[in-house]
Amino acid sequence: MTASVPPLLELRDVHKSFAAVHALRGVSLELHAGEVHGLAGENGAGKSTVVRVIGGEHRPDAGEVLVDGQPVHFSGPRDAQQAGIAVIHQEPTQFPDLTVAENVFMGRQPLRSFRRIDRATMNERAAALFDSLGVPIEPGRITRGLSIADQQIIEIGKALSAEARIIVMDEPTAALSTVEAERLFRVAKRLAESGAALLFISHRLEEMYEICQRVTVLRDGSLVTSASMADLTRDDLVRSMVGRSVEQLYPSRDADAGDEALVVSGLRRTGVFADVSFSVRRGEIVGLAGLVGSGRSEVARAIFGVDALDAGTVTVSGRRLPLGDPRAAIEAGVAMVPEDRREQGLILDLSIERNATLPRLGAVSRWGLVRRSRERDMAARWADRLGVKRGRLADPVATLSGGNQQKVVLGKWLATEPAVLIVDEPTRGIDIGAKVEVHALLSELAASGIAVLMISSELSEVLGMADRVLVMHEGRLTAELSKEEATEEKVLQAATGGAQ
Amino acid sequence: MLGRLLRWESVLIVLCVAVFVAGSASDGFAEQGNISFLLLDYSEVALLAFALLPIVLTGEIDLSVASTLGFCSALTGTLWDAGMSFETIVPIVILAGILLGAVNAVLVVLFGLPSLAVTIGTLGLYRGLAYVLLGDRAVTGFPENYRPLATDAIPGTFLPYATILVLVVGALIAVLVHVTTIGRSLYAIGLGAQTARFSGIRVNRIKFSLYLLSGGLAAIASLIYTLRYNSARADNANGMELVAVAAVLLGGVSIFGGRGTVLGVATALLAMAGLRNVLFLDDVSNEIQNVITGLLLILSVLVPVVFKPRRTKDVPLEPSVVDTERRTGADTGSRLRRDHQGV
Amino acid sequence: MIKPSARESAFAGRELGIVVALVAVVVAATVAQPTFLSGQGIHDLFLNASIIGLLAIGQALLVITRNIDLSVGSVMGLSAYLSGQLFLVDKDLPVIVVVLAGTALGAACGAINGALVAIAKVPALVVTLGTLYVFRGIDYAWASGTNTTQINAYQMPQGFLSLGSGSLLWIPNLTLIMLVVLAITAYGLHNFRAGRELYAIGSNPDAARLAGIPTGRRVFGAFVISGALVGLGGVMHAAYFGTINASVGNGRELAVVAAVVVGGVAIFGGSGTVLGAALGALLLTTITSALPILGVPAFWQRAVDGAALLVAISLDRAFMVRLAERLRAERAVRRAG
Repeated sequence: MTASVPPLLELRDVHKSFAAVHALRGVSLELHAGEVHGLAGENGAGKSTVVRVIGGEHRPDAGEVLVDGQPVHFSGPRDAQQAGIAVIHQEPTQFPDLTVAENVFMGRQPLRSFRRIDRATMNERAAALFDSLGVPIEPGRITRGLSIADQQIIEIGKALSAEARIIVMDEPTAALSTVEAERLFRVAKRLAESGAALLFISHRLEEMYEICQRVTVLRDGSLVTSASMADLTRDDLVRSMVGRSVEQLYPSRDADAGDEALVVSGLRRTGVFADVSFSVRRGEIVGLAGLVGSGRSEVARAIFGVDALDAGTVTVSGRRLPLGDPRAAIEAGVAMVPEDRREQGLILDLSIERNATLPRLGAVSRWGLVRRSRERDMAARWADRLGVKRGRLADPVATLSGGNQQKVVLGKWLATEPAVLIVDEPTRGIDIGAKVEVHALLSELAASGIAVLMISSELSEVLGMADRVLVMHEGRLTAELSKEEATEEKVLQAATGGAQ
Repeated sequence: MLGRLLRWESVLIVLCVAVFVAGSASDGFAEQGNISFLLLDYSEVALLAFALLPIVLTGEIDLSVASTLGFCSALTGTLWDAGMSFETIVPIVILAGILLGAVNAVLVVLFGLPSLAVTIGTLGLYRGLAYVLLGDRAVTGFPENYRPLATDAIPGTFLPYATILVLVVGALIAVLVHVTTIGRSLYAIGLGAQTARFSGIRVNRIKFSLYLLSGGLAAIASLIYTLRYNSARADNANGMELVAVAAVLLGGVSIFGGRGTVLGVATALLAMAGLRNVLFLDDVSNEIQNVITGLLLILSVLVPVVFKPRRTKDVPLEPSVVDTERRTGADTGSRLRRDHQGV
Repeated sequence: MIKPSARESAFAGRELGIVVALVAVVVAATVAQPTFLSGQGIHDLFLNASIIGLLAIGQALLVITRNIDLSVGSVMGLSAYLSGQLFLVDKDLPVIVVVLAGTALGAACGAINGALVAIAKVPALVVTLGTLYVFRGIDYAWASGTNTTQINAYQMPQGFLSLGSGSLLWIPNLTLIMLVVLAITAYGLHNFRAGRELYAIGSNPDAARLAGIPTGRRVFGAFVISGALVGLGGVMHAAYFGTINASVGNGRELAVVAAVVVGGVAIFGGSGTVLGAALGALLLTTITSALPILGVPAFWQRAVDGAALLVAISLDRAFMVRLAERLRAERAVRRAG
């Protein structure tokens, strides 16, 4: 049935490149009123770029963006907002010191006489908005301290109050519990029923099936398929996303585990995680799965010493690790590749060589004085070993692609010759080619005797790489599964707190 | 980054040369005695500026340096008045300066308070304590055998003894900042404190020590000041923190941290000292000199806007998922950047 | 009915806390010297606080946007000097003209600061450090240039001086002026979009820009208004003291910032009220007046402002840490249950 009404939003053959990386290659997409359209793809497939183009942050290098059938040119997010587009980001940008209602209506507050803000009406309208979404939030309360789930609802409220007709939700369920996710789906359905067009981005398939009518799958920047959900089986969907059989993506491994290199016992940080105990052996890759907010990264940071621990012990290679001291952790042989590459793994303005040698300043110096030649040598050695595609070592690390940046981070930590390697989201934001390389590397490292603890939100990655899978939910370990036992259903169940 | 930095240092060197060339046109500029005076006049400022440089590199600030100087000077006067020998006074005063630095260190590093607000507070508190010690009076009559160290030059040359001390301190700071591993850490902390922490750099320990160093150097500066003017007063060096900050910023050090060189600061100091001297010889009032210092300070921060370092556009990544807990926790990034964004 | 949120009542708590501290200080001082609480005593207390209070209100506007203005002392000095000069030139000049002139001069200085911060995107700290110097220097140069290093009270018209020392219904004129300004700014901040946008800019500058708030214009405006208030404060100073020299206002920036911080305006921006700032000014001036009565030597006064600032930010921080801990504990309970 052909629609005579043009789609609310359309992307036509959009291309976008950043420096050396061709992020989008001829992507086309149609969003119709009343429809929830899913955008699926693995990390690095280009979903983010699509969101940014729609949201007005980036202009396509080629191709067109059309709203109501008319081509548009956004010079910034505000233009997109005025065209009726709202993007619900994973990190809601709100004003923590102001009330919920003020956040919703900032800049557009209802006025009474003499252009004074009509607080009563503002609060009433906010309350009505949240009512229509079916979510009770007090309009008069200060935004600081609200959960991410509530913040998202506020963003949606903002979008509604600005009469957005095209709503993009970028990985909205990443940080939500099952209950909160269900609530969000109800809200999304209501929005669609009221005539909005929704673009729902996720790499979780079940969600797609639950609320999307159509789905577009991206892989490596290109459109793979765009079809109605009814026409796609799960296998079809997975295969389009992944593009190769699971065996090809993840290297086969013989798990030949040695003694326990890392033992944690009774770890607790009040309000964040509790009762966390597990071990990782030499030669083993232990996957730590769970939803965002389940406390995995927090546990890792606490083990490494960046965050505080209220209780518990950490033992590395048989020796107790002093807590709260990253330097001590490094010296004991623990290395951590952090979750946020740009804010925690690298100093973007600094050169490649300085980044690569940061944890090993002692080794590249003599009597406290840095020897530049040693610095350069160490950096070059690791850059070459890991195949970092770069210009000069003295270039700022910001000039590298995501995949190469991640390699620099890995090289930086491998240079510390760790016995235990913790990697938090090792392949987030990098292209497929680099992903394969990183996975191969992790496998090699494990084979050489390093104990690897891998935190990942990508189920296929966890299932494909890990010898053992630990699952966390709301700060507690809810499951420990061997490679054979670990299936998608079991892991998801444990991650969402379902009955075991 | 190196290219841009050298560009600014070159500008400074040109400025410096220009000042001195213009200066020699003034009566009496090029005389040995005048050059000594020029150098001496800025000895304390130089020490304060060198003390500030590492702190500003890490993205913090210390506005209390001149008040620490004032307090130490007042302490010197009080102890001297009470009959203590100068040899005993010196280590006590230096210790006092370090203690004042420790107060800043505890508040900024251990309590996690913003360094701008804290050092505005200690600026007032220390100056106030100086007045508590000495009130309105002045103590004079410091030992004749030590005073020439602060006032005289090496016989037959234009080089004052005090300047030698300044040069030594400058050289040590240069080594610290540019050659040692700690120096590397400073730049890392300034450009990416979170990453630095994640990389095992002892951010807190380093920042703590820098404030102690700052206090100690301010104390040494106070000794020179007191001996040079042969006067200990509570309002000694009142306002000098601004000249020191001006020298640091004019020297090309970024207020946000992570950029700057000792050479730049040294050249800026020299240029400012020369300028001040020229104006002094031309009978330009002190006040006009202050106006010029203020203008230089503003100019020095307009510079990065003009000489903007060109950073290649990043490849945007999948957005990193944010954890509310971390968002509300202590920010480990540059305090200055966060405190005073401007717009 | 919408309940006031937890944080909002905490805020009423801040203002309440200041009043409590104020009462404590007054009680202590009155016990030591019963005349402290006399009509004259209270009168002087409010008078002293009015000028700093006025400056603190302006400073609060800026700190709320995550900026700061360290040049307030110098601008105040310039404005005071301008007032004196105008009367020297023409003793019969209407007082209102001089008031407007001083305010306008303050606004101009604010505009210079604001332009550098908003347009050139230079950090406010550095800009106002520089203009502190420049404005003070101009003040001195002007004074020595016109050979009037000191203007004396007898050179001022009586009408002007009575503005400074007079009162209306037992309330000092200067206090009335401050209260009017306080009412207007508080009302404006609370009830108008531009006012709320100032809070937004301080709370999350990136979000503010994304929301379409013209941050440059708002910050510039805040600097101009703050500058105008400082200028007004300078005229008031001249009216009150009568004797003016080029060092008027020297060092006042510390007292102003301390008043603002003690008053609950977070140095990170986004929160706090002008009422709090004014109360903070009142508290600090009261402490300063009370000190000599309580037997503390006058020289401790300077240290008080600094110490008060440090205590205030430490307490604020302690409160935030406690709040974060409580949130975490609540979450632990929620998860366990």
